[in-house]
Amino acid sequence: MRWWQNKKRDRDLERELRSDLELEEEEQRDGGVSEVEARYAALRAFGNPTLIREQTLAVWSWNWLESLARDLRFCLRTLCRTPGFSVIAILVMALGIGANVALFTVVRAVLLKPLPFDDPDHLVMLYEAGLHEDDTAGSNPVAGGMYAEWKNQNRSYSSLALAKSIRVGLSASGGQLPEKLNSALFSWDMLRTLGVQPALGRDFTQADDSPGADGTVLLSWGLWKRRFGSDPAILNQTINLDAKPYTVIGVMPAWFDFPDPSTQLWTPAYHDKPEDEMTSFSNHMFRVVGRLKPGVSVSQGVADLSIISQRTHNAHLNDPFIFQSAGSRPLLEHIVGEIKKPLYVLLEATCCLLLIACLNVANLLVARAAARRKELAIRTALGGGWLRLIGERLMECLLLSASGGALGLLLAFAALHWLMQTRHDMSRVESIHFDGVLAAFTVGVIVLCALFSGLIAAFSSSVNRILGALHETSRSVSGVGARASLRKVLLTLEVGLTVILLIGAGLLLKSYERLRSADMGCLTQDVITMHLGIPDARYPTPAQRANFYDTLLDRVRALPGVEAAGFATVVPGQGYQMDWTFSIVEHPPLPQGSGQFALSRWADPKYFHAMGIPILRGRTFDSGKRLDSANEVVISQSFADQYFPGEGPLDKHLRVRGKNAVIVGIVGDTRYTIGETPKPVQYYPLGAGVETVGTLVIRSSRGLEQFALPVQRIVSEMDPDLPVSDVLTMNQLLGQSTLDQSFNAALLAAFATLSLALAAVGLFGVMSYIAAQRTTEIGIRVALGAKREQVMRKMLLDGMRPAAIGLVVGLAASLEAGRLMRDLLYEIKPLDPAVYIAVAAALLAVAAFACIVPAWRASRLDPMQALRAE
Amino acid sequence: MRKQAQQRVGILQGTLDMLILRTLLYGAAHGHQIGKHIQKTTNEFLQMQHGSLYPALHRLEQRGWVSAKWETAPDRNREFKYYRLTPKGRKQLVAEESQWKQMAEAVARVMWPAAEES
Repeated sequence: MRWWQNKKRDRDLERELRSDLELEEEEQRDGGVSEVEARYAALRAFGNPTLIREQTLAVWSWNWLESLARDLRFCLRTLCRTPGFSVIAILVMALGIGANVALFTVVRAVLLKPLPFDDPDHLVMLYEAGLHEDDTAGSNPVAGGMYAEWKNQNRSYSSLALAKSIRVGLSASGGQLPEKLNSALFSWDMLRTLGVQPALGRDFTQADDSPGADGTVLLSWGLWKRRFGSDPAILNQTINLDAKPYTVIGVMPAWFDFPDPSTQLWTPAYHDKPEDEMTSFSNHMFRVVGRLKPGVSVSQGVADLSIISQRTHNAHLNDPFIFQSAGSRPLLEHIVGEIKKPLYVLLEATCCLLLIACLNVANLLVARAAARRKELAIRTALGGGWLRLIGERLMECLLLSASGGALGLLLAFAALHWLMQTRHDMSRVESIHFDGVLAAFTVGVIVLCALFSGLIAAFSSSVNRILGALHETSRSVSGVGARASLRKVLLTLEVGLTVILLIGAGLLLKSYERLRSADMGCLTQDVITMHLGIPDARYPTPAQRANFYDTLLDRVRALPGVEAAGFATVVPGQGYQMDWTFSIVEHPPLPQGSGQFALSRWADPKYFHAMGIPILRGRTFDSGKRLDSANEVVISQSFADQYFPGEGPLDKHLRVRGKNAVIVGIVGDTRYTIGETPKPVQYYPLGAGVETVGTLVIRSSRGLEQFALPVQRIVSEMDPDLPVSDVLTMNQLLGQSTLDQSFNAALLAAFATLSLALAAVGLFGVMSYIAAQRTTEIGIRVALGAKREQVMRKMLLDGMRPAAIGLVVGLAASLEAGRLMRDLLYEIKPLDPAVYIAVAAALLAVAAFACIVPAWRASRLDPMQALRAE
Repeated sequence: MRKQAQQRVGILQGTLDMLILRTLLYGAAHGHQIGKHIQKTTNEFLQMQHGSLYPALHRLEQRGWVSAKWETAPDRNREFKYYRLTPKGRKQLVAEESQWKQMAEAVARVMWPAAEES
């Protein structure tokens, strides 16, 4: 029986009572009484039917539900009487709960949810390892040749598949412009390994994945929708990628985003890559996913592969770049590896924030309990149960935190919406959504907050003290002390937590600032970059490629306003990208099993000038030497330092891929990515016509964006099927690569500011309260001749003490927190003194400010009024 | 108001439940019959208060000791709500009966100790 059946039961009961009453009436009539008399007699015998009905229904009603409702009504009335308190408490709770729910949602979606693949626990990402001393924990990509050995010889994996992210140009078609897309190479069995089926069409077959096969491509759901209007007829149609024909064989489901969220199409690896790259043991470029056989542990699998690697290494001792062992990580960990730490740090920060919010609400409640001391005392004296009073208090907190939670949920929703808009680069961010677990989490947080803040407040006014309150005269000040000290403890905690947050934020902000001001070794202002590449298929000969770039650069340099322009395969800040092995002709051969490699770039002669990379010695490439005669190389300073210590590198020769190149110049060091130390770089001339893809850089001191359109026009005049993409100023390019850091720093700074504000509010509240309670005392002091400055100093000191203790506690705790954050910091120590000092100063200043107003007010008291007040 | 009701019922509660269950041992009956039966059997000594009879009946129903059903009375062409003893109620009756017996004996032993001895 449930309460929602009440109505039905009521009708039923009424009918029962009526029929029994009528029966009584009939019996009375049978006894020979008149009709009217019988009715009254029956009613007399029966009693009041309405009352009976109510009493009977009460049997069914939910007793506790009713008393709960009564408590609720009572609390609502109490809260509505003090709207200021209620609004502040609810807002504080909303901020804390909202931030927590939002971040928990992200953490859960990104880190905790299993990958949407078949039996994801058995999927691992495999790496090569054991070549250098420091690469055991690394994430080295796997060479195609090693992958083949692993695949053929291992006994631990039911399947091994490889993937590599690349970029391809999708040709103009059906009135749509050509565009550059992020794409991925898959071995034919990748989708089978993951356990994923295309949403439309078919998977790759082994036959598709060979050099001789016709091109096949799988489209992402997004690309299919955007570019092909979700038309299923696209299946078996041909599209051109890098000027080569590919047949669309399928469309992947919308959620599928392996290996990264920006991937828009997939092509078979062995079809696209030349055979020598797929069989090389030293060209490490692939990501390998393995599915462990049931019952095989991760370490068994790794040991199995390591034996194969070692055997291969031993069989090719003349090649120094073959790894000797293997490593693996769960696939999920590989995908979320980079964002795991920052997310957990942020989650800890929001937990701190929530704790501060709870402490603040508890503080407000304690203050209110003090104000309602008399009321509670009277109720206790009249027999109000202790549990009942605590229950009421908890109900009040529950009400506060529930409204806060509801508001917080809205905040969280908005925050997540914003996050998904701004951070689609974050892996798995698209899997964020609200569901039952989240609802349960929210309710859990709400209840926890209510319990936490409610119990603190409830126990602050235990029965004994409540009864004591009855004895107190209005002039007494004795009861105040204990409660005020509880509030001070809460405040100390609050301040301590705030300090931790402030220090964390300070460290991140400072390291972000360091990061952005790191010397890239090139210009970061007044330079705009544009990505473009010419397809091999349409530019098969080196001469065609070299000509294309010559013409392009000539025409770009002729644009009005262009101060300098150049072209390089990779510009600083775009990442590691590519390295080549080399040997120095003039040096004795290295012992077997060791080799040298350095980052390799191709650049046109004027690139260094355009990018502001200084030529330290020698000269840039001779622009007259082109194609086969382009045999020059320019090295970076650290290259010279590392490989030519104590000798002049100029006019020495590097041997690369079977050809000698003469060193003609040494240029300044640059960083391949912000936050990494400069590494040796070897620059080869673009004029050799080897490379096809790279970045155009233009330097100009006025209006960088204005060049985007003219350059695009030039390119499309030269080749209408050539997309120009990633038009970014150097600043934006670097900004993108520090997006994570700026994001983390900004969020943590926001949390820290919030908590500082909360702590200030708490401090202000407690000080005002103490000052108000002490009105009489201060009045007497002033009347007896205490100086106003003395009163003020005493009040200030009183307020600053919890702040100071909290500061010390917080600083001590920050040592630990800083250690946790070490991985997120750049070029600063977790114990950066400047940050600690700044935080301490800021906190003390805010605390002093929060205390000074109540202290000043107290010192201005008119003693006569103060004494008359009670 | 409910508190009052509970107190009033409270006095009779233990026995009233037992009396109702015992009455239903003869067969199904509606509220009026049960009240009349208890009144008649005790020679009108126990005045049945409808105000406690119906809450008691519904309490028993809620606890599953009796079941209720609308049926046509054999002597009248009208439907009444008939209560019937459930197996659970039968067990409860036995338990309450023995409890009551012990209680009565205990009370008797205190009240009339001499009679007991002789």
